[in-house]
Formats: sequence, C-alpha cells, structure tokens
Amino acid sequence: MKVRDLITEAVSGVGARPARTVLTIAGVVVGIGTLVTTLGVSATAGNQIAGRFDAATATGITVHVPVPTGKDAPPAVSWSAPGNVARLNGVTAIAAWSRTPEGRDLPVRANAVRDPTRILDRLLPVLGSTETLPAATRASLAAGRFFDAGHVRRRDRVAVLGALAAEQLGLTRIDNQPAVLVDGTAFTVIGILGTVGRQDQQVLGTAVILPWTAADDGLDLGPISTVAITTALGAAQLIARQAPVALDPNDPEGLEVDAPPDPASLRGGVARDVSGLLLILGLVSLIVGALGIANVTLVTVLERTAEIGLRRAMGARRRDIAIQFLLESTVIGLLGGIVGASAGILAVVAISVVKQWTPVVDGTLAAASPLVGALVGLLAGLYPAMRAARMQPVEALRGPS
Amino acid sequence: MTYVLELIAVNRVFPADPPVTALAGVDLRVRRGEYLAIVGPSGSGKSTLLNVLGLLDVPSSGNYLFEGAETTTMADRRRTELRGSRIGFVFQSFHLLMYRSVLENVMLGGLYTGVPAAVRRTRAVAALDRVGLGHRHRFLPSRLSGGERQRVAIARALVGDPALLLCDEPTGNLDGANTASVLDLFDDLRAAGATLLVITHDATVAERADRRVRITDGRIS
Ligand SMILES: Nc1ncnc2c1ncn2[C@@H]1O[C@H](COP(=O)(O)OP(=O)(O)O)[C@@H](O)[C@H]1O
Ligand SMILES: [Mg+2]
Repeated sequence: MKVRDLITEAVSGVGARPARTVLTIAGVVVGIGTLVTTLGVSATAGNQIAGRFDAATATGITVHVPVPTGKDAPPAVSWSAPGNVARLNGVTAIAAWSRTPEGRDLPVRANAVRDPTRILDRLLPVLGSTETLPAATRASLAAGRFFDAGHVRRRDRVAVLGALAAEQLGLTRIDNQPAVLVDGTAFTVIGILGTVGRQDQQVLGTAVILPWTAADDGLDLGPISTVAITTALGAAQLIARQAPVALDPNDPEGLEVDAPPDPASLRGGVARDVSGLLLILGLVSLIVGALGIANVTLVTVLERTAEIGLRRAMGARRRDIAIQFLLESTVIGLLGGIVGASAGILAVVAISVVKQWTPVVDGTLAAASPLVGALVGLLAGLYPAMRAARMQPVEALRGPS
Repeated sequence: MTYVLELIAVNRVFPADPPVTALAGVDLRVRRGEYLAIVGPSGSGKSTLLNVLGLLDVPSSGNYLFEGAETTTMADRRRTELRGSRIGFVFQSFHLLMYRSVLENVMLGGLYTGVPAAVRRTRAVAALDRVGLGHRHRFLPSRLSGGERQRVAIARALVGDPALLLCDEPTGNLDGANTASVLDLFDDLRAAGATLLVITHDATVAERADRRVRITDGRIS
C-alpha cells in the first residue's frame, strides 16, 4: 500500500464523521491551547509576583511636606530633622530637598554654549538638596560626582544636573568646568546624574540640583518640601510610621507619607494572582473534560444506533431517547465530579504532607464539585442527545447493534 | 371489530432519482387471531410493508386502519404510543442489548408505555416461561444460541401484550434446529390466540402459517 493511499484513507476517515472530528479537534485545540496558555500565563504571573516583591518598591518611602501657610510661619521640617530619621533603626539612607514650586521653574542656561540660534533659557525645576540624595533615591552618576557635606557646609556654588536637564542644556561633559546660570546666579557643574533607581523620583532627571545651603543664599527655594527615605527590606512599614514623628514632632499628622503596601496586603495580592491563575487552568481542564464527554457520548450514540431504533419501535418518543443520553452524560459528569473532588482533596493532602504544609480545603467547593461535574456532563450531552433524538426509527434499526 | 389491520390502496414511494415505488396499491386485511405469512423475493418491498404496518413509516398515499383507527393522519406522538402499546416487533437480527441480562432485555417491553417496573418484571418472567427460557434469566444474550436469542426477543415483544406480532425474517439468521424451535413457538402463540404476521422469503416458514400472501415488486398477489 502506498503512503498516498494510506493518507487518502485516513483523510476520508476523518471526513466521514464531521461532528466527531470537530469534537476531537476541539479537545486537542483546547488541550494544546491550555498548555501554551499555562506556560504563557505562569510566566506572566511570575513576573507579576516578582513585581510585587521588587525590593526597590518595597523599601522606598517618600514624605511630602506641605507648603507653610504664612510667610513667617516656621518650616514644618527643619534642615536638621532628617538627621534624626537617619538614626532610626532600619533607615539605610535619607535625603531632603526643597524645590521650586510646581509651575514656577527657574530659567537656567549653560554659559558654555555659544550657538546663538539655540534657545538659551530653559525653565527647569531647581532643587536644594542634602548631599545624600543619590543614596536615598538610588541615583547613579553618569559623569563627575555629587556634592558632599563640605560643599554644603561651605555653601559652595556647585550643581549636579539630571540626565535630561543636562541634555536640554547641551552639556555632555564636565571636565571643562562648565557653569550654569540659575536665575542669573552662576553654579559650577560638578556632576551629571545617570539613571534614578526609585520609580517615584523620576523628576530628578529633569532637575538642577544644588546644595541646599547655596540655594538658600540667593534662590529662595523655601523649606524642605520632600524627604526621600530608603529602608532595609521589611522595615518600610515601621519607618513610615516613625518618620513623620521624627521629622515634625509638633504635627506629624500634617505630613503626607507614601509607603509601599504592607506585607499582609502584598501576600493577599500574590495569593490572588496565584489562585486566579489556577482557577483559569481548572476551568480550561473542565472544558477539555466536557469535550471528552461530548465526544464519547456521540460515539456511544452512533454505536448504539440500532438500540435507538429498537427503543423507538417499542414506543420511545424522541424525548425519551434524548433524556436517556442526557442522563447518561450527566451521570458520567456527576461521577467524574465526585471522584475528581475526592482525588483533588487527596492530592492537596498528599502535597501538604510532602511539603509539610497545613492542608486547606474549600468545603463548599468540594461539596459543589459533583454538581459542577453533573452540569458539565449535561451540557456535553446536549448535542449527542439531539443527534440521537433526531434519528428516524427505520434508518436506526438498520444501524450497527 | 374483526380486523386488526386494514391496508387500502397503500403506496409508498421513496423520493429518489427516479422515485422508487416500493409499495404499489397494496390492499391487505388481517383478522384477529390470524397467522399470516408474507413472502417475496429480496427487494420486493417486504421490509417497507412491515415498516408501514408497524407504524414506523407512513404511506405516501392510501389508508391504514389499525384496530379501526385511521393512522395515516395521526400525530407522530399518537402513532408512537400506539406502536409501543399495541405492536410487538421481532427482527431478523434480534436487537437484544448485549450488556443487559435476558430478564432485563425482556423487561424493556412495555418500558415506554408506562407499565410499572414490578408489573413488567412479573410479565417478563411469565413471557420467558412461555418461550421456554425460564431458566435463563441471568444470562447475557452473548451466551445464548441464535434460537434462544430470538425467543428472548419474542418474549420481549409479548410483555406489552400486543394486538399484533410483526416478525421481519425471524428465522433469517437461524439454522434448521433453531428455526424449528421458533416456528414451534409461533404455533403455540397462534393456539393461544395471538395475531401473527411473519415476513419471510423461506417457503418452509411460510408453510406453517394459516394464510400466505405473495408480494412482488411492491404488489400483493
Ligand atoms: N429509504 C429508501 N430510499 C429509497 N429506496 C428504498 C428505501 N428503502 C427501500 N427502498 C427500495 O424499495 C424497494 C423495497 O425494499 P425493501 O422493502 O427493503 O425490500 P425487501 O425487504 O423485500 O428486500 C427496494 O428496491 C429498495 O431499494
Ligand atoms: Mg428486507
């Protein structure tokens, strides 16, 4: 026999029973689909879970200090206060800065640029910061260095530019001691920031950062507006509660604290991610099972054509035939539900024993499983039962017995 | 009423190209308690006639009165009900359920006409005694001889207490000895007052009937 003939036979065999072929293919489609989905979704969910556990978001705290109400009102957070927070157990870095109020950015120009066609003045946010900013915001330096405690103490007119700010000002190198004019005052650029690790502090990329003392001398940026704290892993919640008291003992409630979600809700989120994923997989396997029942019931109907003919001859109505096959597939689904629920519970217990976990079984779900199985069987039996009921008695009696 | 059934000028034409006239102007009357054989060669329309008589099929034209009631205009449901309660079928290939015991197979008779299970069981036991298989209740059909299988099928047909027993080539799959046992059973049933209509192409089977009707090319002669 030639291979071509074999293929012809196989293809005509597949084509001879279109409904069965479609059901079988559907089973394979859903099965393979599940496999691919499983791999895809589990990778995606893995990402999701990893994202929730990301150390950077789990250890970063930002305190927003409200603008003082009156011109002469004392600042809510004094420049010595961040030092108190730094002494708290669990704080790895803290920085504080004042900045030009939103929408009132200052004109900045680089004096090195001589190209007359360039727009010289850029309106950029200007920050007066403590020297600890790179550590507290996980910022790296693309060039040069950040200013240190000495610069701050001496009120040196130096500046560090955010990466975007440097690009806008046309500064790419600092070895030629470039200067920037901030609102007319000259500052020597000693460094350019690289990437900023903390996602909530990306504004630094566009900013001009000065020692807060030097900024205070001529630019009137006002008191501290933002405090950025980085903590040890797991300490964020505690520090988020303690920091406002250390920063502003008189009115800690007045400070607005952005802290990472607490571990309990984080755990809840991860648990929801995982069980959502498993629920989808469970539902898909249920669909595969339903297609299996439908297929087998259809085969049964075709095999038992003569029996259907006999029953019709003995006075069975179409309805009686349909109900018989619906009941058969429902019973199969019910039994599958009972056995499946028991096997599932045993599996949970077995896995728990191996992993030394405490097994947790949803009683309602276990009790409802047989019903769900029966429902799946009922739905799966609809098409085969309809086929059986539609058969003509005379034709059916001639069929296979 | 003396006739169990009356066919008057019945035609059955199958829509094909060209249309097949399987029954042409068939007139037939069967009295209560009669044992009638219908003989004819293969393709002469015997099975088509049996399907019409058994209310499994509807004539294209003509009238069919069963126990005095016109059946050609009946609703499908009413015909199904009549078929289940008043007609017993015996087929050439027995049509037993291979996965059910002999007793369970016989109890299928009357299942669809609302006879309670307990009554069906009593009747099934009686029917099996009648066909001489009272000792085979728990057997599966696969362990019976052909003649025994056909007698189980006859017992199943008797459970509903039908007005007519329709048999399509009942001995077609049986050898001589088994044929004889089935024909002896028909004689017993006839003696007990049953109405029997047997379709066959076998002359020795037809011999045993009270009356023979020949069918050729869809016409009774
Ligand atoms: N469903 C059908 N469609 C078309 N022709 C049919 C059909 N059933 C039977 N026939 C034709 O009707 C004629 C009588 O068939 P049938 O009653 O089965 O004969 P018998 O049982 O005497 O051998 C045959 O020629 C057969 O081919
Ligand atoms: Mg025939």
